[in-house]
Amino acid sequence: MSNFVEGAQVVTRPLLKIDNLSKSFTGVQALSGVSLQIKSGEIRALLGENGAGKSTLIKVLTGVYPRDGGDILLDGNAINAADSGHAQRLGISTVYQEVNLIPTLSVMENLTLQHQEKVFGLISWKKAEIRAKALLAQVGLDIDPLRQLDTYSIAIQQLVAIARALSTQAKMLILDEPTASLDSDEIKQLFDLMRRLKAEGMGIIFVTHFLDQVYSITDSITVLRNGECIGTFNTAELTRSDLVSHMVGKSLEELAPSAHDHSIQRERKALLALNNVGKQRYLQPLNLSIAAGDIVGVAGLLGSGRTELCELAYGSVKPDQGEIRLGKHSLTKFSLRRAIQVGMGYCPEDRKQDGIVAELSVRENMILALQASRGWWSPISLSDQQGLVEDMIQRLAIKTPDMDKPIGELSGGNQQKVILARWLITHPALLILDEPTRGIDIGAHHDIIQIIKELCEQGMGLLVASSELEELVMFAHRVVVMKDHHKVSELLGEDISEQAILRTIAS
Amino acid sequence: MKKNDFLHKHQKTLAPLLSLVLIILVTASVTPGFLKITFVDGHLFGSLVDILHRGTPTALVALGMAVVIATRGIDLSVGAVIAICGAVTAVLTVNTDWPVWIVILCALGTGALCGLWNGILVSVFNIQPIVATLILMVAGRGIAQMITEGQIVTFHSEVLDAIGNGYFLAFPIRVWIAIGLILLTVIVMRKTALGLFIESVGANVRASRLVGIEARLLVMSAYVFSGFCAGLSGIILAADIRGADANNAGLWLELDAILAVVLAGASLAGGRIYLLLTVVGVLIIQTLTTAILTSGLPVQYNLVVKATIILAVLLIQSPKTRQWLSGLFPKKEGDKKGSTTP
Repeated sequence: MSNFVEGAQVVTRPLLKIDNLSKSFTGVQALSGVSLQIKSGEIRALLGENGAGKSTLIKVLTGVYPRDGGDILLDGNAINAADSGHAQRLGISTVYQEVNLIPTLSVMENLTLQHQEKVFGLISWKKAEIRAKALLAQVGLDIDPLRQLDTYSIAIQQLVAIARALSTQAKMLILDEPTASLDSDEIKQLFDLMRRLKAEGMGIIFVTHFLDQVYSITDSITVLRNGECIGTFNTAELTRSDLVSHMVGKSLEELAPSAHDHSIQRERKALLALNNVGKQRYLQPLNLSIAAGDIVGVAGLLGSGRTELCELAYGSVKPDQGEIRLGKHSLTKFSLRRAIQVGMGYCPEDRKQDGIVAELSVRENMILALQASRGWWSPISLSDQQGLVEDMIQRLAIKTPDMDKPIGELSGGNQQKVILARWLITHPALLILDEPTRGIDIGAHHDIIQIIKELCEQGMGLLVASSELEELVMFAHRVVVMKDHHKVSELLGEDISEQAILRTIAS
Repeated sequence: MKKNDFLHKHQKTLAPLLSLVLIILVTASVTPGFLKITFVDGHLFGSLVDILHRGTPTALVALGMAVVIATRGIDLSVGAVIAICGAVTAVLTVNTDWPVWIVILCALGTGALCGLWNGILVSVFNIQPIVATLILMVAGRGIAQMITEGQIVTFHSEVLDAIGNGYFLAFPIRVWIAIGLILLTVIVMRKTALGLFIESVGANVRASRLVGIEARLLVMSAYVFSGFCAGLSGIILAADIRGADANNAGLWLELDAILAVVLAGASLAGGRIYLLLTVVGVLIIQTLTTAILTSGLPVQYNLVVKATIILAVLLIQSPKTRQWLSGLFPKKEGDKKGSTTP
């Protein structure tokens, strides 16, 4: 790793120095010994996959979470922010992905919310307006500060958020995925502003998932993975494929061809067929077919369209073009309930929001999908429920004291198994799993991979989206590679390797 | 240890029941004869029977309210719906020679229709439940006044008299009606999957949609049911006074109903509800009202005393208080821990 920049900057004192920072949440080490330095006038990309520790780092930096250990130095002074307001007064301002302003207040009120201009102890709206205009001018905006914020586009709101972040003589600006909801013109506007701030000597941390943007705006890149700092690199000296392999934790050279048997069963008829299925501003049209006993993996970086593909295939988001067929049924016009009745199943990525019903019991959560497909008037008797649930608890080795415990009290891995069991009970022909192993412990991780393989042997078709390439290579017969919301390639049989997937993502 | 385990597991169930028993015992010690029940002419008389009799309209409304609250909603319009349905009952009885059962069906249908209106606003137009039902809460009394043309319409009907004040098998008929509807609701909610679906939608609507539960229809039917319950309550209240009072029938009843559901341990954020405990909650409220009235306390103290005692019951149930109490008695806490970790 010759392209470390740390050693090169002994002369100038860094603007921000993070030394050996650690943070853990009940047993999970979210950050371990992270160190990095940023000069003034430097734009630093902070990259990493989900769960790498980016947002934890930002939250520890701005005092949202207290740290377990380590030092943060701003301009050479050790700082210890108590909350984000305090951090802002110290000189570190943050703009979050979801605009963190109050939509029903005016632009001016939003800009002066934390600090009002006062005359004799009363707010002077005249002064506030002048100040708001000055702040807006700083980010190159010429809008009416008296208008309500939500009458402006998201892009303008984002710039207003930055204006507010700059209102307190910030030395460091943290932009957490500011471009996620912007179009290309708006991004250009944002980048112009970033360059201007850079010229004024501001240090900027830029979090994004778009590699193109990383290469067009940043000076250097810090990669986090599993809470550890993998390294800091000069953007100009780091190739894309090296960057991707740092992010996912595999270097292309290290990867030996996989020994897994990827025998392709071409002759079998398609179970699920997506013909030119797409949706505007969501997913570019694509084709995909899955036969019974096939495991098709979906690879790609975060935000590449993995989840979008799963949602469209399942039908929870309706495509605006193309046709989805499952066996002899055309699913395009089906309600979810009908789709489930003819054999669809879906374990969503966000287990907490979309999967579990936390206050209901393990038993109720498990039978929910089957019961929903039967309808409310045709209840599954309690003894049948207990039989089904007991069976699944045994088969999937779910650890719960009893089946009437609220599912919210179980560990993540066991919750995931219950959700999996919810679908297995319905005997689906095709099961879609979005990140089935996210955020669960190693034991449960192993169990779930085993279950996936067994299901495939029993003739179920599986569509599995995952950010863990190792996992996909282990079980997938085919891998669909997604990038920027379209399918870039489909790897088959012998061609499936982590190396090949990485190369396709980076290309 | 086993006994402790039982207590711990049923803590939520026991709290309202114990509160009710406590309130009855305290009242009995203050008011002599409170527990006395006499049997005259095949009818039971006494304060306790009176509590059941008077609690009936609230119990019916609370039943519908519980189902609505399970869906993460609230129905503020029930008091106004009571007034509308009472007015329909009175006006149809006076102005038409329709058989009584048709009049009753019309009133119940009106209640359900009011519920449908709320349900459409909430689940089709996505208006926040508190706002959506506020509309009918305000307009409803006006509608009732239009139906009665601003008068208190009095009527006479033997069947309605029986519903209002008659007796059957020693108990008031209206109590039997309430028991019937409560049992029917419990059976439909717990012996079909309807209760599961409604609680699931209330607790996590996104997850429920993804397993194929059609949330919109469920939420709408919860409001229809609430309207139906309020309609039945309206008929009983009108029959009780043999007239329809558009201004005062069911006034503030929605608040008692919400309180009863909350006393039973439900959360206004939706999810789990406890139907039978909701009835216990109604009895707590009604017992308090009756107790204060019979205790000889000046009438002006009524509301404040009632509110204070209900506050006490709610505080006892709050997790914060329990934490604080177990902090005061560390030994007890140790016992509890011993019993929950086998």
